[in-house]
Amino acid sequence: MSGLTLQNVTKEFGSFTAVKNVDLTVPHGTFVCLLGPSGCGKTTLMRMIAGLDLPTAGAINLDGTDITRVPTHKRDLGMVFQSLALFPHLTVGENIAYSLRIRGAGKEDQKKRVDELLSMIHLSGYADRPVAKLSGGQRQRVAIARALAISPKLFLLDEPLSALDAKLREAMQVELRQLQQRLGITTIVVTHDQREAMTMADTVVVMNGGEIRQAAAPVEIYRRPADTFVADFIGMTNLIDFSADSAGRATVLGAVVENLAIPAGLSRGVLSVRPEDVHLTAPGHGAIEARVTFVRDLGGTIETFVEAGDKQIVAVSMPNARPDVSVGQNVGIRLSPDACVVLKS
Amino acid sequence: MRREAPQRLADYGPLLFPAGMLIVFFVIPFATMIAVSFFQRDPAGFYSTAFVFDNYARFLSLFFGKVLGFSLFLAVTVAICCVVIAVPFTYLLSRARRRTQVLWLVALLSVLSLSEVIIGFAWSTLFSRTAGITNLLVAIGLMSEPVALNPSFGAVLTAMVYQALPYTVLVLYPALVRLDPTLTEAARTLGASPVKSFFTVVVPALRNTIVATLIMVFIFALGSYLLPQILGRPQHWTLSVLITDQAIYQSNMPFASAMAVFLVLVTLGLVALTLIAGRKGEAA
Repeated sequence: MSGLTLQNVTKEFGSFTAVKNVDLTVPHGTFVCLLGPSGCGKTTLMRMIAGLDLPTAGAINLDGTDITRVPTHKRDLGMVFQSLALFPHLTVGENIAYSLRIRGAGKEDQKKRVDELLSMIHLSGYADRPVAKLSGGQRQRVAIARALAISPKLFLLDEPLSALDAKLREAMQVELRQLQQRLGITTIVVTHDQREAMTMADTVVVMNGGEIRQAAAPVEIYRRPADTFVADFIGMTNLIDFSADSAGRATVLGAVVENLAIPAGLSRGVLSVRPEDVHLTAPGHGAIEARVTFVRDLGGTIETFVEAGDKQIVAVSMPNARPDVSVGQNVGIRLSPDACVVLKS
Repeated sequence: MRREAPQRLADYGPLLFPAGMLIVFFVIPFATMIAVSFFQRDPAGFYSTAFVFDNYARFLSLFFGKVLGFSLFLAVTVAICCVVIAVPFTYLLSRARRRTQVLWLVALLSVLSLSEVIIGFAWSTLFSRTAGITNLLVAIGLMSEPVALNPSFGAVLTAMVYQALPYTVLVLYPALVRLDPTLTEAARTLGASPVKSFFTVVVPALRNTIVATLIMVFIFALGSYLLPQILGRPQHWTLSVLITDQAIYQSNMPFASAMAVFLVLVTLGLVALTLIAGRKGEAA
């Protein structure tokens, strides 16, 4: 099949296993984000896809060819490094033309392609500048253009936007996604920034401890996390213990949640409830009893911190639905079954 | 850190010691040498104070031209050999494991502790017919009988490269360690084989360091006067050998001084040329 397939890929450094039995399929033309905390193995996985590290076990296929042992320079890929790794001794144009020059392209062809790429990244006329004279955002674009010069089969980016300030980063995320869609190129981005992943990716792959915890569309990851790690890592969430009786009725913090489907045989576990799904009501009538401990009004959203038993729960609401509560007040929490994700503890 | 220019005389205090040392051990001897180079030789004694150009006029001859030419040629060859060997070696060393790096650096430093005399005699033994490396080649059947490899140009060159190589590596090492390893990785993802990425990225990115190292080894090799005598024939003797010969054995200080001054001038001229050429290359 066309696209990238990883089968059972494992990487060990001495006794440390950086990547454990990873299976992943990236169909042609899709945008995948490898997301996880630092040290989760996402960069190692990308380096193996690029051929900069060799897997200890497993196979990597690109468009139906086994490339596990193919050296990096024969893989026809484009990669943007975290440090960007622009060649300091070359100009902007020479940097972009590097892969063409290495492949023996003629001077005219090189120049034509460089002009094309420069206009694509809105830097026309910059070909003769030294890279040291560029701003952070401009260097970023040059690194992207250099990686795309040969129209690679695979476009890899390792924490590409981490050196930019917040505003520029958000703008580049949108730009990068639009560029990828226009070119229809298979793209993999390593990031620890979930906003970045949610903005750009068709598929978000959440990794931890060298393993893939969940691979799905961004909204799916947010709404239906596969386990407590994913639920906690993506966005804010409340993880609340529950117990279930033999009839499958769940009790949470002393209150029963009606109509919540609990898998058969699960007697206790964790509910993940997003803060925007926590609704504060009047106490009593079978609601969870809680007390308001802190209210943070951020203007755009209002975060209300409440304590139920020993558990702290956060509720987020928009200004037009501002909860009428103050610190110290007793409130009730009602959980709608649609808002709860049942997870094993 | 202080950035403003020194205000009072006392601010120059820290400079006094190095300035004093430079004056006592460099400026005064060098000035004396320049003065002596214009003196008149006294065959009966030493020299007498005068102001003549005889000493400079004397080596405007084919013989000294040849010696000077050979000295420069030898120094340039040593510098090129050292850099050609040391750049790839140091590059690989800087990418090796920490333990390996430490072991190599200690080994190189221990070579630095050897004096030129020891190096010279060690190589003359290694190149000899009776105890030299050719005996090994005979033992493994590559040669039919041992031969003497010195005195010869090759022997001089080998020993001088051996002597200068540790300096070359130590000068290159910091620059190569600082070189961002993702630069070569980027080159590889862009389609360059490891060898190609070395020549298209590592070498050009280190151009200035490499030029500076060439100049350093060149000047270092120019001053060598023992190794050519121990391992070479008279036609492999450098200007430094002749200067030593004139100064110590012929007691002709004025002539030796004139040659030394001339050698310094030629060296400075060549270094300046290299720097100018380097700057032009950078601008282009």
